[in-house]
Amino acid sequence: MANLRGKTAIVATAESDLGKVAADTTIFDLMGQATHRALEGCGLSLSDIDGLFVSTSQSRMAAMGVCEYLGLRPRYFDSTQIGGSSFMAHITHAQAAIHAGMCEVALITYGSTQRTVSRAAASAREVNAYEDPYRPMMPPSAYALAASRHMYEYGTTREHLAEIAVAARKWALMNPVAWEKEPLTIDDVLNARMISHPLTVRDCCLVTDGGGAIIMTSAERAKDLKNTPVYILGTGEEITHKDISSMPDFTKTGAIQSGQRAYAAAGLSASDVDVATLYDAFTICTLLFLEDLGFCEKGEGGAFVADGGIAPGGRFPVNTNGGGLSYCHPGMYGLLVLIEAARQIQGVCGPRQVDGAEVALAHGNGGVLSSQCTVLLGAESTL
Amino acid sequence: MADEAKSPLAIFHEHCEKGELAYQVNPENGQAVFYPRAVAPNSAQPTLKWRVSQGVGTVYATTTMHRRGEDPYDISMIELDEGFRMMSRVESIDPMDVTVGLRVKVRMIPATETDPIYPVFDPVEG
Repeated sequence: MANLRGKTAIVATAESDLGKVAADTTIFDLMGQATHRALEGCGLSLSDIDGLFVSTSQSRMAAMGVCEYLGLRPRYFDSTQIGGSSFMAHITHAQAAIHAGMCEVALITYGSTQRTVSRAAASAREVNAYEDPYRPMMPPSAYALAASRHMYEYGTTREHLAEIAVAARKWALMNPVAWEKEPLTIDDVLNARMISHPLTVRDCCLVTDGGGAIIMTSAERAKDLKNTPVYILGTGEEITHKDISSMPDFTKTGAIQSGQRAYAAAGLSASDVDVATLYDAFTICTLLFLEDLGFCEKGEGGAFVADGGIAPGGRFPVNTNGGGLSYCHPGMYGLLVLIEAARQIQGVCGPRQVDGAEVALAHGNGGVLSSQCTVLLGAESTL
Repeated sequence: MADEAKSPLAIFHEHCEKGELAYQVNPENGQAVFYPRAVAPNSAQPTLKWRVSQGVGTVYATTTMHRRGEDPYDISMIELDEGFRMMSRVESIDPMDVTVGLRVKVRMIPATETDPIYPVFDPVEG
């Protein structure tokens, strides 16, 4: 396989309006807005974009929608849809396309109005004749089942999971665009409305609107642009199942494989990572990914997050934007996971900036722990 | 397919009507397969054989679902002794008393006008 380490870079990122957007705003309005914000001041214009990567739950043919809305005629496009990790896959695919000369400047974009139109309207439910009779609430019940197994095998507690929600909230309070504005305690999480035991509503991600855009190009071209380039050091992808009933082992995710591939491509290991953004659709996600990506041993995630382990000032900074739990979760949150990791490398995160962050790991999760994609990002010093 | 006129789901439901929990086995490697498929995973060959489970298994994972305005109810993953896993519901005890490791036995919930027949589980006595 070609060595793609450091061959491409993220050169611009932007969030669209987040939280709850103006009535009748469309997903393409949000993608357009984010694209405009990303392009502004980066040294590129819309006409430079010749590769398009887009996915959303609210349009089955999203690439056509973006092309039409923005008047784009890209020579390369990709609408890979594997849920919330789609955008990490888009990074991998854009990296290959740029390296192969199939496009030079890639736009990766996403938009969601799920809070405005309702979660049910934003994401069509799929039939599973072997699960539907039992009336799970998906996705929370799937993650609750995984949590129950982790608790059984490793003694993980509801308090451990609550630590993850509290840490996310502490980070969110340092992020001016985060949805949540009030402090949260362990007891708040434990005593919140139960959704699917052992997960309360505070173990579950937010339901917000939002979107974003990332612009990626070759490392050579990135040098001539205005922003600090964020280099793609390594990526990995893995799919283990679609629905939770078919997950091979409820305590081990495909992040084990996606992480190994990303680390191998980058020539790095978990100990080299300065900051991690891990897709936290539910508190159990953060815990599983910390283990599966090698930040601690399998089964030791609870101890790793205990006593503010991943909160500001803790052992290791995770989800510094406040995560899907407290910052923003528009349904397919992976693009925003990448944006925070890239900004940490650029050093533009203000009060929540991790000092001297040179290597960031962004990890995406899709479906019900089904698709896992890992992206390692680095500053120029890592090349 | 053994019977091309019927879907795997239809055959599964026919077994349920006889009080049988059906699954499939891949004769090439002995692997138990669930949910029922037209072809075998890992080979894509139409070689799967139907089997009837003894209907006894162990809770692998469990959650209690809380919906507004409804009594909480169980959703569990059951690992059948033949080596396949399925989603189901453990009944006859408080959903919060369903624990990983609990031994359970299958029972059918009859079809209604709107819903097909489906299997649930009760704790094994003693």
